[in-house]
Amino acid sequence: MGLLIEHETCTLCGLCVEKCPYGALQQVGGRIRVTEQCTLCGACVEACPAAALSIEEGAAAAPESGAWRGVWVYGEHDDGRFHPVVFELIGKGAQLARALNCPLSVATAGVASGQMVSELTGLPVQSLYVAENKALGPYRDAPHARALATLVQRHRPEALLAGATARGRSLMPRVAVLCRTGLTADCTGLDIDAQTGNLLQTRPAFGGNIMATIETRRHRPQMATVRPRVMTPPSRRGTAVPALRRVPVPEPTSDHLVQVISRAVREEERVHLTEADVLIAGGRGLGGAAGFELLRELAETLGGEIGASRAAVDAGWIPYAHQVGQTGKTVQPDLYVAVGISGALQHRAGMQSSGTIVAVNTDPNAPIFQVADYGVVGDYRAVLPQLIRRLRQEER
Amino acid sequence: MRIVVCIKHVPDTAEVRIDQERGTLIREGVPGILNPLDAHAVEAAVRLKDELSARTTALTMGPPQAEEALREALAHGCDEGVLLTDPAFAGADTLSTSYTLACAIRQMGDVDLVLCGKQAIDGDTAQVGPGIAAHLGWPQLTYARRITSLGGGTIEVERMTDYGNETIRAKLPAVVTALKDLNVPRLPSLVSRMSARRAEIQRRGAGDVEGERSMFGLDGSPTHVVRVFTPPPRGECAIFDGEPEQAAADLVRALKERRII
Repeated sequence: MGLLIEHETCTLCGLCVEKCPYGALQQVGGRIRVTEQCTLCGACVEACPAAALSIEEGAAAAPESGAWRGVWVYGEHDDGRFHPVVFELIGKGAQLARALNCPLSVATAGVASGQMVSELTGLPVQSLYVAENKALGPYRDAPHARALATLVQRHRPEALLAGATARGRSLMPRVAVLCRTGLTADCTGLDIDAQTGNLLQTRPAFGGNIMATIETRRHRPQMATVRPRVMTPPSRRGTAVPALRRVPVPEPTSDHLVQVISRAVREEERVHLTEADVLIAGGRGLGGAAGFELLRELAETLGGEIGASRAAVDAGWIPYAHQVGQTGKTVQPDLYVAVGISGALQHRAGMQSSGTIVAVNTDPNAPIFQVADYGVVGDYRAVLPQLIRRLRQEER
Repeated sequence: MRIVVCIKHVPDTAEVRIDQERGTLIREGVPGILNPLDAHAVEAAVRLKDELSARTTALTMGPPQAEEALREALAHGCDEGVLLTDPAFAGADTLSTSYTLACAIRQMGDVDLVLCGKQAIDGDTAQVGPGIAAHLGWPQLTYARRITSLGGGTIEVERMTDYGNETIRAKLPAVVTALKDLNVPRLPSLVSRMSARRAEIQRRGAGDVEGERSMFGLDGSPTHVVRVFTPPPRGECAIFDGEPEQAAADLVRALKERRII
């Protein structure tokens, strides 16, 4: 089992050395040499223009038992602060690690900080791995994927979980390719198969019409992105902090570099749809941009954010960042109030996993009522002011 | 300048059928459309073609009927369509799909830019675009809402992040995935539809794509669907259809009972 090199065919072009994600190939004394860093990922085989490299048969068999151990959560962070989904995944990851009788760790790339460690105080996290290189700079997909893949190759976790945020969904597919393993997107359920110890990854597909459970049987790590707000963060106990394990990684190669020109957070466009507990969403039935004023008032009363259907966005009543649905964002708040939204399949796909759904619509036959828990049949212009008045009374 | 748009032919219906034995989706017999987000990638390609006199190739992998999506892309203005189709490609997951597409793109030799929709509406994974970029070793610019400049060997894109917006610049060749925000796709004229009907689609099988055969299709896919089920239905919807004042009061009471507020 291993990487085979036909030295007679090899032209010493060096492409394999360059393409190896793990730095496992070296050119020594007129020959290409494989080091123990090799994971048989096959990137060099693919890159070799002379077809001098091959992987010996049987190399892709079942992973050696015990060689891959531990559950990892990707520590998505912005300026050293972890994204809320990281804590949710620590909650789920701890359950999985218990079932597998292995440690749970958080892994990230960038520059380790004391704040990162202290944010994990009292949580069931054994180690915080940080793939470090100053040249990693501000977050960018390609160099961070490479750093994370290096970390994975060195420490071999059996499972790697990340939030299905915009970043997680861009980064993880790259990591999966570098590790030549499977990745399941947007999971809403994770479990361990009691017999095989495999990670059972459950996710909605076809707009939530079916659920599929997926396994990665022969490849490691088993990778999954998980929807924010589905898992529950664990409570903190004690003052223990994880062991900080800083792992120096090579400087990213220049051809992968993406330059960040500006990173602007325009206040009016800062929309936290996927993190909101309460969402008030408006559709075509609002009749115009002014209709969102009433929705904003209701959102303020309930402490929520504003969402919208595709129709309202396409009409130009509200920016795209607010769009919920298949071509917008998938949300899962505790309370979703759909106002003047008929509830096309494409919209329902983005919100039907919400905790409680309330629909306000003049048409009693609107499909939105099929997924709603409570429906008010009536004109929102009459219903919402009454609702806001009632809620304010309750507050007092 | 050569631009490749990767597109997907997706079912246009909620009627989903499953091959219970293999645990894969049966796409035959279900009417298909061009994946809506891919239409924005196609539009972006066609606009760049007009600006930079680029050559645009629409590329897809799928069963023979996926050709329809390519014809749609041609009707929207793409120059040529390439269909990767072979029983050996069937059952591919996102790793294998992105690998096969990357092989085909590499084989074209002179590609400067790959455009994809953010995700397909059947799988919703958003993994194939970044997967292609990773297999090719190219930079990726995902969730693009505006292409601010292209030329001189670089591309600059304004993209949506979890934290707001950012503008990033990458060296070409690169992969861009499109948000709906990127543009408004044109409506093809009857004439362009008719010529797209007659256009020749280039078909390539597993023997034509230079790559490791073991990475194609079901065999090259690390993930396997082990179970498919329908989600548990939500309970009945309680309707309040009285006067607004009464309906609001009833709703607030119900939400309080559920401890939502």
